[in-house]
Amino acid sequence: MRRVLADKKTIVLLLAPALLMYTLLKLVPVVWSLGLSFFEGNLLTGFTFVGGKNFVDFTRDPDAINALMVTLKYSVVVTAGQVVMGYSLALLYVFVLRRASALVRTVAFFPTVLPSVAVALLFKSFFSVGDNQGPVNSVMNLMGYPSVEFLASGSLTFMVAVIMELWRSMGFYAVLLYAGLVDIPVETLESARIDGAGGLRLVSNIVLPLSAPILLSSVIFSFNATLKVFDGLLALNNGGPGSETTPLTLYMYRSAFQYAEYGYGSTVAVVLTLLCLVFTLGVFRTSRQDVTV
Amino acid sequence: MTKVLSSVVKVVGISLLLAVVLYPQLWLILGSFKTQNEFFTKPSWSLPSSFSLENYVTALTKSNVATMYLNSLAVTLPSLFFMLLFGIAAGYVLEVMVWKGRQAVLLYFLAGIMVPGQMILVPLFTFYFQVGLTNTLWPLIITYIVMGLPLTTFLMATYFRAIPRELFEAATMDGVSMFRSFFVIALPLMRNAIITIAMVEFFSVWNDLLIALTFTTRRNLATLQVGLLSFSDQYGSTQYGPLFAAISINIVIVAVVYVFLNKQIMAGLAAGSVKG
Repeated sequence: MRRVLADKKTIVLLLAPALLMYTLLKLVPVVWSLGLSFFEGNLLTGFTFVGGKNFVDFTRDPDAINALMVTLKYSVVVTAGQVVMGYSLALLYVFVLRRASALVRTVAFFPTVLPSVAVALLFKSFFSVGDNQGPVNSVMNLMGYPSVEFLASGSLTFMVAVIMELWRSMGFYAVLLYAGLVDIPVETLESARIDGAGGLRLVSNIVLPLSAPILLSSVIFSFNATLKVFDGLLALNNGGPGSETTPLTLYMYRSAFQYAEYGYGSTVAVVLTLLCLVFTLGVFRTSRQDVTV
Repeated sequence: MTKVLSSVVKVVGISLLLAVVLYPQLWLILGSFKTQNEFFTKPSWSLPSSFSLENYVTALTKSNVATMYLNSLAVTLPSLFFMLLFGIAAGYVLEVMVWKGRQAVLLYFLAGIMVPGQMILVPLFTFYFQVGLTNTLWPLIITYIVMGLPLTTFLMATYFRAIPRELFEAATMDGVSMFRSFFVIALPLMRNAIITIAMVEFFSVWNDLLIALTFTTRRNLATLQVGLLSFSDQYGSTQYGPLFAAISINIVIVAVVYVFLNKQIMAGLAAGSVKG
């Protein structure tokens, strides 16, 4: 029987397609990109080895540094927002709505599955100005303020992008964190209530520490997603005005495919990958220290 | 008294939340019925004067949205099929079957989950160019399969852990080969897990812009996301009604999948709990 469970032919037959495709079209390209980051050129001109020049260029390229800053700023702000809003919603589901929360959960989750491009075009119109003024400016006019051209300014575009992403994803983080909150034993909460802890004190002293692990997973999850932001910022304002809201992902795309600098594009991709790695490990390590203290 | 007050706060809070989530979507759908004139002359929250489907007809016929839709489907369906088939098969071999090194191979798959797509674009572009696949939809399909494989494999291996291995051992006693067991036992048993993963991967493939944009070399190969990005450039000035209709069309299939499969999964969960 053991022999049948270890049948070599079946193992090879069922594993080979996934293993081969993954190795040849994912891992080999990753190593290839890593190698390319030390070269200059493209398919037409051929490639020349330049050593670490691309990485040195990266640190001196104002556009690259700007893209790095946009990515970092976006990640930190959106991650903080997602976790705070998601957690507030999850608390609402568990402690206020209780069993009646299924419908609200489903409705609030829906924007998560919408295409970023569709959401970005929607928000672009929602915040628009001029002949086709969107509701946001209409409301501001009603309250006596003049219209604002949101997408003409880098910082306002950034703000719209953050609001847009929070609108899209808060329902997802709410459900993720809700799953963690539901796992807290009812007895723990009951005994805390009997001891006189209620409302905010119950949340800050009992619930928050108990949901620390799932909060940590959300932070890691969110960093990993927001560091890769691409569609939203591209569709909202084309990374602009100018390149003020161009993240690393979009800068890599433009370097490689619009300016045909395959080597430099790969360097940007390597920096992005390192960033994802550092953030994930960093968040993980900090949390470990917290536990031991 | 405090009870009344707290339930008022509750109702107001929930209404506010639902309004924030729903209003932009409602506004989009209403906008898809407005004429260009209404966009320019009426306030943004006004209702459309009629619910004519003219904007939808314009979007589908004059702006290639129908072609984009078909392209998106032609890419998404085969990608999903092969990604799931290969991923489930690999998960089965890595969890149910017994052999040396399966733990290492599982970790090997896991390593690929975090890598951003940008890290494989240039080599893949070069590869597709060399083998002459550019100007077809194949680069998209192949890349989506590869991008989805690590997560599918990893999740399926985790789900297979929940099935007692005795089930497969009993089947082999009856003379069923492990290869056949995969199709007659594993796939039917994993139905709900497969639907869940299929749903997650459907949204990530259908909504993708990065890969579609990189490998779409011709206008007539554009998927919905790529096509919508340059939608406004087709006219001298932006036609808002057709644009809103096109965005709504883009969302329809996502909404249908969400509503339909949400029910499916709930039903599956209920059925499981009765049996348990």
